[in-house]
Amino acid sequence: MTMRTVSIAVLAALAITAPMLAAAQPKEVFIPLLVYRTGPYAPSGIPIADGFVDYFALLNERDGGINGVRVAWEECETQYDNKAGVECYERLKGKSPVLVNPYSTAITYSLIPKAPVDRVVVFSMGYGMSAASDGRWFPWVFNFPTNYWSQASAVIRYVGQQEGGVEKLKGKKIAHIFHNSAYGKEANPTLEELAKKYQFELTLLAVDHPGQEQKATWLQVRRLNPDWIFMSGWGVMNQVAIKEASSVGFKMDHLIGNWWSANDSDVVPAGDGAKGYKGATFHAPGSAFKVHAEILKHVYDKGKGTGRKEDMGAPLYNRGVVNAMLSAEAIRTAMTKFGNKPLTGEQVRWGFENLNLTEQRLEQVGMKGFTHPVRVTCEDHEGSGPVLIQQWDGKKWNVVSDWIAPMRDVVRPKIETAAVDEAKKLGYTMRDCAKEK
Amino acid sequence: MGRLAVIYREAGQFKATYARDQAIFPIVQDRVFVTTAVVAAFVVPPLAASEYWLQAVLIPFLIYALAAIGLNLLTGYAGQLSLGTGGFMAVGAYSAFKLATAFPQLNVIVVFVLSGVVAAAVGLLFGIPSLRIKGFYLAVATLASQFFLIWLFNKVAWFTNYASSGTITAPDRALFGALITGPNSTPSARYLTALGLVAVFALVAKNLVRGRVGRSWMAIRDRDIAAEIIGVRPLRTKLLAFGISSFYCGVAGAELVFLYLGSAETLAFDIGISFLVLFMVIIGGRGSILGSFLGAAFIVLVPIVLSNAPHAVGLRLPVALQKQIELMVFGGLILLFLIVEPHGLARLWQITKEKLRLWPFPH
Repeated sequence: MTMRTVSIAVLAALAITAPMLAAAQPKEVFIPLLVYRTGPYAPSGIPIADGFVDYFALLNERDGGINGVRVAWEECETQYDNKAGVECYERLKGKSPVLVNPYSTAITYSLIPKAPVDRVVVFSMGYGMSAASDGRWFPWVFNFPTNYWSQASAVIRYVGQQEGGVEKLKGKKIAHIFHNSAYGKEANPTLEELAKKYQFELTLLAVDHPGQEQKATWLQVRRLNPDWIFMSGWGVMNQVAIKEASSVGFKMDHLIGNWWSANDSDVVPAGDGAKGYKGATFHAPGSAFKVHAEILKHVYDKGKGTGRKEDMGAPLYNRGVVNAMLSAEAIRTAMTKFGNKPLTGEQVRWGFENLNLTEQRLEQVGMKGFTHPVRVTCEDHEGSGPVLIQQWDGKKWNVVSDWIAPMRDVVRPKIETAAVDEAKKLGYTMRDCAKEK
Repeated sequence: MGRLAVIYREAGQFKATYARDQAIFPIVQDRVFVTTAVVAAFVVPPLAASEYWLQAVLIPFLIYALAAIGLNLLTGYAGQLSLGTGGFMAVGAYSAFKLATAFPQLNVIVVFVLSGVVAAAVGLLFGIPSLRIKGFYLAVATLASQFFLIWLFNKVAWFTNYASSGTITAPDRALFGALITGPNSTPSARYLTALGLVAVFALVAKNLVRGRVGRSWMAIRDRDIAAEIIGVRPLRTKLLAFGISSFYCGVAGAELVFLYLGSAETLAFDIGISFLVLFMVIIGGRGSILGSFLGAAFIVLVPIVLSNAPHAVGLRLPVALQKQIELMVFGGLILLFLIVEPHGLARLWQITKEKLRLWPFPH
């Protein structure tokens, strides 16, 4: 009896899952969203996913899509887990996506080898494999507006500015507290090189997944007493780190999170202790921009918003909006060449590679002063965009720096060397950008 | 239905030789059924299954089944509770990566086997405490191996060939002229590789547990002092169990990176994996090779079915809600199965077979 029930259940499950694997929609461009709205990374994952979906919803509601081609998307829950991410990707691949935003450096690493085979663009905006910024080796991977290595160099430049010039960094103690994963480790080689160049003392402190337990790390911080701390955290790790930092009495304005470690959800739990905490970003915080008004009007007022209205404008929400905008603009660029119709992965890839997002275009999409113009080329999939530093004042984030340029003279040669190494692992050959058009 | 009883009847099948009596499947029908199933597994999915089924469902199922067999040998047959599976799988994965990149001309199957051997050596080392401690205390000791190994691979950049992100990537490798690992290999090729390996190793495991080695394991499991008195040497037996079990886990770990994920970091082998494989063994049935497959199928398939089900019936739930429902239903199912059949799915299968033998007569 039980066996029969079981076998009927299995058969039924097979029967209902099979048809969903074959459906391809016309007149739409499909974008799979690998999100995490549950688990230890949900505090970071939710605002990004909301921003993403809200911007696409805005495009559909206001403009009827991108040049008349509607944006279709489907979320798949990964819990920031590599295996779940691969499963999600394979599941959504059947719907012929043109690009994928993995939202996890580890998942990005898993999808990069698949990209040229499946003809799907991997767009890891400001995360993923830094080496993939060399488009000559990685035609299918994009990580503009800027990558982890550029970010690390920009943060060191900022620290130098605060100390009164990069030459003052000599002898200073800087610690990097990082999530012990592909993501957190990514900035280390650049920091090590900069430590050599500017002769500051670098200490690398790893925090294991998921990052709820950091007593040992902060004990080390107390013993070391660093002048500055740079942090690459994610999810619940950020809140814990900021709380610990304030409880060991570390100067909060000398603690700088990377752009994944500076969201409202990271600082609010620490209360007043978080005041003065800084974070890097490549777009402004807050919801005072035209694009937010439009999202309110066309999406939330129609009851189609994904999150809560009041959560709009958090740095990670805005990150999702920027990510969706860049994806949409790349598709739009592709349409100038291939026509306003549903595109293939190859065509969208061309759009990404020829994206030139000007100040003027930013104004048109309602993001003037929100983020920086980007220009992507065949050689450069990163754009080495500049970085802002934002600071938490206890209630909201304020931008406290000008646009800080990364140290391209340090980062780019490293990228080119690393690209050769990484590409060799995958058996890639370098393409000749002079032949691309 | 009456026919079925006639079909599954062993009357008249005389075992005239010891060899026949000792066969894995003494009943002709079983033999036919299993052979058909194995042949079907080799032929049908590559032809019929979609890429999603091969890549996201069947390949991980086979890999986890191999790991579950490994742990079943140790926990189910030899009675040594281990929470170090993820660590041993990581050893396999990282050795496979190092071997494959250091010796590019080495056959990838040889790479898998060698990485299993490395994992076995590490397993032997961490099996030593089992001579002194038992049960939950041993579980804690193996837990230490889990954390130590993951820490090691995180800490020492040599294991990842100094990759800046600490990620290992499976290179393209061919067997008989066809690519079977790496991004350019077809899912079918990877599926067949995983299936071939699991078929061979399952057969080896089945024969191991039927023979002297397996009997000594079970003797140790059932009562170690009695086993010692009748001449089973605990040192050799327990260490052998740790070694062979780790070999299986190591090969499974190598496959996880080479045939399934393509690239991985240590997080892919964290403590969660150890528990997952342990659940497979418990749900599938301790001390059963078939149970390892059933348990792996349950743990791999049920979440996927649950996460696809609402979509398939046209229900559009928010992903967070869906994930939470999935976790609750999955947890509920585990509880249900353990209450209904504490000996695992394999026992259900056995009961069915026994019923089938008697059917339609009650006794």
